[in-house]
Amino acid sequence: MTSTDARPTGNSMRRLAGWLDRHARVRLAMLLAAPMGWLVVAYLGSLTLLFLNAFWSRDPFTGQVVREFTPNNFVEILTNPLYRTVTLRTVAMAVAVTLTCAVIAFPIAYYMARVASSRTKGLLAVAVVMPLWASYLVKAYTWRLILSNDGVLNWLLSPLGLRGPGLGDNVIGLWLVFTYLWLPYMILPLYAGLERIPGSLLEASADLGGRGLTTFRRVIFPLVVPALVAGSIFTFSLTLGDYIAPSLVTTTQFIGNLIFLNFGVPDLPFAAALSIVPLVIVVVYLLVARRMGAFQAL
Amino acid sequence: MDRKRFVALVGAMAIVAAACGGGGSPKPSFNVPTSVGDGEGALSVLAWPGYVENGGTDPAVNWTKPFEDATGCKVTVQVFGTSDEAFSLFSTNPGKYDVISASGDASLRLVRAGYVQPVNTDLVPNYADIFPSLKNKPYNTVDGVSYGIPHGRGSNLLMSRSDQVSPAPSSWTTMFDPASPYAGKVSVYDAPIYIADAAVVLMSTKPELKITNPYALDDTQFAAVVDLLKQQKPLVGQYWVDYTKQMDAFRAGDAVIGTTWEVIANLLKAETPAVPVEIVKPVEGATGWSDTWMINSKTENINCAYKFLDHIVSPAVNAQIAEWFGEAPANAKACQNTADPGFCETYHASDETFWKDVWYWQTPEANCVDGRTEVKCKDFNAWVKAWTEIKG
Repeated sequence: MTSTDARPTGNSMRRLAGWLDRHARVRLAMLLAAPMGWLVVAYLGSLTLLFLNAFWSRDPFTGQVVREFTPNNFVEILTNPLYRTVTLRTVAMAVAVTLTCAVIAFPIAYYMARVASSRTKGLLAVAVVMPLWASYLVKAYTWRLILSNDGVLNWLLSPLGLRGPGLGDNVIGLWLVFTYLWLPYMILPLYAGLERIPGSLLEASADLGGRGLTTFRRVIFPLVVPALVAGSIFTFSLTLGDYIAPSLVTTTQFIGNLIFLNFGVPDLPFAAALSIVPLVIVVVYLLVARRMGAFQAL
Repeated sequence: MDRKRFVALVGAMAIVAAACGGGGSPKPSFNVPTSVGDGEGALSVLAWPGYVENGGTDPAVNWTKPFEDATGCKVTVQVFGTSDEAFSLFSTNPGKYDVISASGDASLRLVRAGYVQPVNTDLVPNYADIFPSLKNKPYNTVDGVSYGIPHGRGSNLLMSRSDQVSPAPSSWTTMFDPASPYAGKVSVYDAPIYIADAAVVLMSTKPELKITNPYALDDTQFAAVVDLLKQQKPLVGQYWVDYTKQMDAFRAGDAVIGTTWEVIANLLKAETPAVPVEIVKPVEGATGWSDTWMINSKTENINCAYKFLDHIVSPAVNAQIAEWFGEAPANAKACQNTADPGFCETYHASDETFWKDVWYWQTPEANCVDGRTEVKCKDFNAWVKAWTEIKG
């Protein structure tokens, strides 16, 4: 700084501020540069890399990535029945978990939104959110203990002469674990959706002779569908991509396990190609969800 | 984004993917050192857990510090859980790790890809005391050139809960019998290399397949092995990689029979209350591992690497590692240095008859590793794909 200009910083700052004031678009660009940069570079950038990798291949012996374009990975995924079976199994699991979560979440959310006193409501909200404070890993491992041979579930069922699903070659245990893990993600949007329904609509339905079931079917349910779909986005996509819970409680494989297996081989190009499968499924799901107005309910 | 633009973007991505060609394998070219000079001051190690302890696990267990003090080579350690993970780390970070403890199912891949360099065994004085049966093996020596120093070996064993499995099994077939009373409680190692375990079974139950080496399987042999494993799948209660998970399963009774490592059985027996498990090397023989210390072909710390190799297989250190990890040491003199005087006997360190039918992990190759030239064998890639299919 020169000694002749006593307040250069103040002056130039003021000039800059004035200039920015006249150029709204530049202002906007500066404001959005960081988040947009993050989105484009870190998020879309890695997606692009994933997509590129999917078209490469792996040298069978050295394991090195061969950077030459080949559609072989996708041919393998589309023609080998294994990948179809596993994909269908994963989608079926995601659908089952989503439906179960919806059925369990609805009464809780309805009670919270329309019946409970504000004090009970607060307590319930805390209770629903509380499990999210514990690490996902801790919860998944805990379910191993619950489902295990000498675990809590078998102990509870033994007086009835029953046994739990166990940890082996079946997916019932996994279905329970997923339903438990993702339930809060269904309850919260449903609760918000139900609370938004004006009480006057329910009264109007009653005035017109609508009984409980009719009101639910013709008034509440249609209005809450967007919230339901919003919740299902979480339960569905979280189930679709998970590989840790399956590896902990079942010997059955899901898409995530296959991706992980190829990651370790390492056959990164094939893992990348496999990753495109759940990605496509989720994109389709999101497009359908948008049509059903789920994004307004979020 | 409208549809046209999306299609354009996908197209552009595909073009970029196609354009990014080239970049083949690095051509190996080595200058094998003829003398070991002063240390470079640093060494990065990729090792099985328990092989390179620096006091981080247990302050009393530390054989890295004496090495650092003596040579001035500061050691950093990265551990891995499976051979495939090791290979993945080593190959995707070229030059990052100076030395690696590689099992036979990783070592040959490392050699073929040019990631590791030949080792001048004359520069490793302790090499002289290594058991002769561990030297010049297909997984550490290629075309007569040694690629590393043997570290230690172990056998995969059959473990059962003695209170729930009777009579005590003596054959792997107990783990494969479709009518097994232990269905749903079988514990299996979760890696493509486990296919070799089923091959070992067929070597004795189906001699007509003429399998002479479980890592050299032609199309017919491979199909039979895969069938056997698919038939085993419904019996399996657990596929394990992390040994603590297998311990959980045996403790809780979720698994009562399975393939294991000696150290796992020892840990279970040492618990309070002790988990009643028995281990046996089945009549068919078994797969196992024999590990090799190898040097990165791109290392910049070659002197430290050689000093480290000599240190790690020196009698005292080799004994410490063998006892800490639970395997047979490679150095014959290590047996005089174990804290438990009977240790080498327990782990059959010098009992060559024990190792005669132990098939050390080895990478399967298209050129059959048993020497057959008239047929092609299934390579490791095929093993990986098959393992995925077996697990369904």
